[in-house]
Amino acid sequence: MENISNNKEDKLPGEQAGRPVRPLKLSGLEPLVVTPESNFINIGERTNVTGSRRFLRLVREEKYEEALNVARAQVEGGAQVIDVNMDEGMIDGVRAMTTFLNLIASEPDIARVPLMIDSSKWEIIEAGLKVVQGKCIVNSISLKEGEEIFIHHAKTVRRYGAAVIVMAFDEVGQADNYERRVAICKRSYDILVDKVGFAPEDIIFDPNIFPVGTGMEEHRKNAVDFFMATRWIRENLPYANVSGGVSNVSFSFRGNNVVREAMNAAFLYHAIQHGMNMGIVNPEMLEVYDEIPEELLTHIEDVLLDRRDDATERLLDYAEQVKGEGKPGEKKNQEWRSEDLQQRITHALVKGIDEFIEDDVEEARQQVSKPIEVIETHLMNGMNVVGDLFGSGKMFLPQVVKSARVMKKAVAYLLPFIEEEKKKLPAGEGASRAVGKILMATVKGDVHDIGKNIVSVVLGCNNYEVVDLGVMVPPEKIIQTALDEKVDIIGLSGLITPSLDEMVYLAQELDKLNINIPVLIGGATTSRAHTAVKIAPAYRETVVHVNDASRAVTVASNLLNEKTKAEYCRSVREEYDKLREGFLSRSKVKEYLSIEEARSNKMQLDWDGYTPVRPEKPGIHRVSVKPEELLGYIDWTPFFRTWQLHGKYPDILTDEVVGEQATLLFEDAKKMMEQLIREEWLQARGVYGLFAVNQVNDDDIAVYDEAGNQVATFLTLRQQSKKNKRAANIALADFIAPEHSGTRDYMGAFCVTAGFGVEERAAAFQKNNDDYNSIMVKALADRFAEAFAEYLHEKVRKEYWGYASGEVLNNEELIKESYKGIRPAPGYPSCPDHLEKRTIWDLLKVEENTGVILTESLAMWPASSVSGYYFGHPESKYFGLGKIREDQVADYAVRRGITEDEARKWLNPNIAD
Amino acid sequence: MNRLKAELARRILVLDGAMGTMLQQYRFSEEDFRGERFKDYKYPLKGNNDLLSLTQPQAIAEVHAKYFEAGADIVETNTFSGTTIAMADYHMEDLVYELNYESARIAREVADRFTAEHPEKPRFVAGAMGPTNKTASMSPDVNDPGYRAITFDELKTAYKQQAEALTDGGADILLVETVFDTLNAKAALFAIEEMKEERGTDIAVMVSGTITDASGRTLSGQTVEAFLISISHIPLLSVGFNCALGADLLKPYLKRLGQQTELNVSAHPNAGLPNAFGEYDQTPGEMQALIREYLEEHLVNIIGGCCGTTPEHIRLIAEVAAAYEPRKLGTTAL
Repeated sequence: MENISNNKEDKLPGEQAGRPVRPLKLSGLEPLVVTPESNFINIGERTNVTGSRRFLRLVREEKYEEALNVARAQVEGGAQVIDVNMDEGMIDGVRAMTTFLNLIASEPDIARVPLMIDSSKWEIIEAGLKVVQGKCIVNSISLKEGEEIFIHHAKTVRRYGAAVIVMAFDEVGQADNYERRVAICKRSYDILVDKVGFAPEDIIFDPNIFPVGTGMEEHRKNAVDFFMATRWIRENLPYANVSGGVSNVSFSFRGNNVVREAMNAAFLYHAIQHGMNMGIVNPEMLEVYDEIPEELLTHIEDVLLDRRDDATERLLDYAEQVKGEGKPGEKKNQEWRSEDLQQRITHALVKGIDEFIEDDVEEARQQVSKPIEVIETHLMNGMNVVGDLFGSGKMFLPQVVKSARVMKKAVAYLLPFIEEEKKKLPAGEGASRAVGKILMATVKGDVHDIGKNIVSVVLGCNNYEVVDLGVMVPPEKIIQTALDEKVDIIGLSGLITPSLDEMVYLAQELDKLNINIPVLIGGATTSRAHTAVKIAPAYRETVVHVNDASRAVTVASNLLNEKTKAEYCRSVREEYDKLREGFLSRSKVKEYLSIEEARSNKMQLDWDGYTPVRPEKPGIHRVSVKPEELLGYIDWTPFFRTWQLHGKYPDILTDEVVGEQATLLFEDAKKMMEQLIREEWLQARGVYGLFAVNQVNDDDIAVYDEAGNQVATFLTLRQQSKKNKRAANIALADFIAPEHSGTRDYMGAFCVTAGFGVEERAAAFQKNNDDYNSIMVKALADRFAEAFAEYLHEKVRKEYWGYASGEVLNNEELIKESYKGIRPAPGYPSCPDHLEKRTIWDLLKVEENTGVILTESLAMWPASSVSGYYFGHPESKYFGLGKIREDQVADYAVRRGITEDEARKWLNPNIAD
Repeated sequence: MNRLKAELARRILVLDGAMGTMLQQYRFSEEDFRGERFKDYKYPLKGNNDLLSLTQPQAIAEVHAKYFEAGADIVETNTFSGTTIAMADYHMEDLVYELNYESARIAREVADRFTAEHPEKPRFVAGAMGPTNKTASMSPDVNDPGYRAITFDELKTAYKQQAEALTDGGADILLVETVFDTLNAKAALFAIEEMKEERGTDIAVMVSGTITDASGRTLSGQTVEAFLISISHIPLLSVGFNCALGADLLKPYLKRLGQQTELNVSAHPNAGLPNAFGEYDQTPGEMQALIREYLEEHLVNIIGGCCGTTPEHIRLIAEVAAAYEPRKLGTTAL
């Protein structure tokens, strides 16, 4: 920014000879005065849910403490104003804006700068204005909804004491050429100054930055028109300012950061020359103007300034060449090797480079008196940097895991020396001083451990000693180990719903034994609400729900710090008490039908007009497939989520916040996938069966063999919450023709796995201190298993059953499930009953046919496996069972032939309180 | 308002001194506070100084008269806590309109009497609007920084009622004072603007902030300059500081304020800092010497006293103020 602003001409367009200065004055806790001498005012854009997936996630999950870190990082990074936007469908914008701005108010290092309240909804803007003591900026108002509303908004904004961004937008639409920009801005200005009495210096125009290089003829002048309009505003509308969202200009070059960054910089340079004095700029998407290679700059400016008819084509051609070249200065990559030792070690840890770490650590060892000091100083200094960067959102999980790999490698190198040293010392001295000892375990009956492993790694990075008991750990073993090892914290993880009850049980046991070790709860199926309502009340010590690796460290350090512990525990308990009360009082409001009433409101399909398709290949069949055939079926979005990178594939690869990390991670994943296929690490095998069936007694499905004998019964559960008129209380059985209809129907069941061979690979990586690849191989196996399920489902629809033989869908449509029929899985919302897996296992002889077994909690082992049913009726759809009542539980127990207590145990998460 | 502006352009106007300090000298008992009207009131009322406008109106009129006699041009109404928010402590929210109306009326009567006696020195009434006892931009609970004990809308409603009652009772000026949380003040200003628009009238508005300690910031954390910027969006007669500090410690902030604004500048500092017993012992003579420095440096257009000041302090301040030119406003006024 510096050298751009310094390049400006002596006199800016806004500075007219003889005109007194009336600068825009803003304030947070401190003033910000925008004078003609001011450099370009840089508005931070990260605290915007529409632009930052990370911020969106934090707000959605109400992790306001971390959300504040996003704001703080921007201020520290030089943002002079911070833009806050809460416009998202799933968020209560008024509440989120109020809460977040209130919290900012109590953080002096953030609140010192003025705020920009950004929303397209007036009520959110007004909510923001009501909680800000300083003079902020409203973003934005416009003539879009006519003059009357514009005047009302402007008057109100002024009365709250804020400056305002005015979009070049009127009743007709957004200004998209020079003339309309000028006309709308002039009209807006006159209304504001003459009719509303708005101070002209408090008006900031946003004359619309639109993308260039789109290939559309009408977009050619987008940048030039912006520049010209900016100059006109600054020369003809006294004291008014000009702002804009810069990165929009390069929108059509998404995916090519070299071009985007250069284009943003070049645009900004010219915009400033023409009088734009503030703007929303992502500093990471900005090259330094002077460092743009000349040829690239020429091509870009040809486009921006519309200098040639073929400018866009020429830039596109050129862009292909520079794509992926990386930033200029890549050659500097090895320069860090000449820095001093600590800097080299820190760099290696931050960047996850293990190439030189042993040499560097050896050099460090030579310099210290005891080898342990290398860990305590050099390595910990580096890891502290990693921790800070991660905590402030500047590093992402895959990077941290790579850092841990370097750290482990360094420690492994030092260990023999440390052992040697220990022998020379009296017992007890010289041991590494971990800040705390944490037991980690996936609870009994559950086999999923990717998330747990990630948390373990992050804790390890932060100098906690982790005792990892692995998966399917019985409660007695957790308790015994906790006592024997004198751990400070117990961390429990689980992915399937029965694990929730295991956690409650463990909490009760700990309480019974008068144990006083705090417990952390995590894993995909856990939630803050469940922890507050079910687990925390069972244990006198503190129980905290932690579903984010970065939060685990903060929580652990709060729990272990003698000074903060009491206060922290009190606040957690209070928070959970409040949550629980709120939850309990809320759940009472819901109305339920009796199971009889629900059944009489079941979904009625037209069986008379429906002829079920007979399967081409009835009966039970094994399948196996080569992993490479599954590549096209992989849904990558959940893969990134595993690594806590949030966004949809493939957009995530160009996401402004996590794009770079996502791309690197994706490259690593592809590399491993190639190796995995080449070296045949995993085998994909499965079994499916297609059967004649009928709905019986409303909720059950009778399964027949080819001779017509009933060989199994699937039990389905029915929604019981009271519906709006016309909505049915659905059970999966509704998708099958009832026996009394006289129509024989068909359905299927399946189990596929890609998990064999994975554990061995993961263990081998782990043995090599390579958590990164250990987690990677498991995450990939999960994707293959899901892809296998998708692949097999397609085969079933088109060939084996063949009810949709004409179907043609691409991968995206597959992921969106835009085909006919469903494949719901026991344990998921349509049929939360895990016991149904046993029926499938018996029916398909799954263990015999695939080797996949069920644990006592009915998790599948190996973990990278998928099972479920096939329903083919075009009206069949996924739904959520929701809560059911005791009458259905009793009814179900009879149907299942188990006691009510046992039924209650399995259905517990779905039983209404 | 024109008369007021004309006087301000001509000379330094003198604001009165402390009301509370003067009322303490009457040593009113619980019974005195209650008077006949509230003798059976369910809650204790001693200490509710604003209530004295109803139960001991003569005393309030006497204090105003003493300050006018001492040379004050403007007296503040006895309404520092006259909002539903502050009156909640005494369960007297319903009396708020009457308290403000009566307080303004008493001050108006005394002012008019003095103006009639000395038409060459017109006297004015400033309706005092205190900060209330709650803050809109800070949490009273350190463990819950997002919590607020009061909202902007609640403040706005309360202030609007106060502003209307003060105006109806005859105030010339609305004085939003002892601002320790700028958001509270913004709610007051919002209410005043709304009132002005609804009634189609205008009234002079003064804003006076409080710098609480040597950090040079308001209690809500703003610097002098940030405070000024945050309240400059509506037309003001003056901006200044009062309370918390004595005249000597307040001076550097007053100077900074004056450098940044084209508005008139006011100051009504305390009589020094309180001693160990919470009493103010800066003598009128000492304070006069400090104020003389203000005047020599042309820092103020309106000067008076806050906690601990008496008619004698004001007499000496008025005496010295008469000898100096007011601070010059910039030529490029907005």
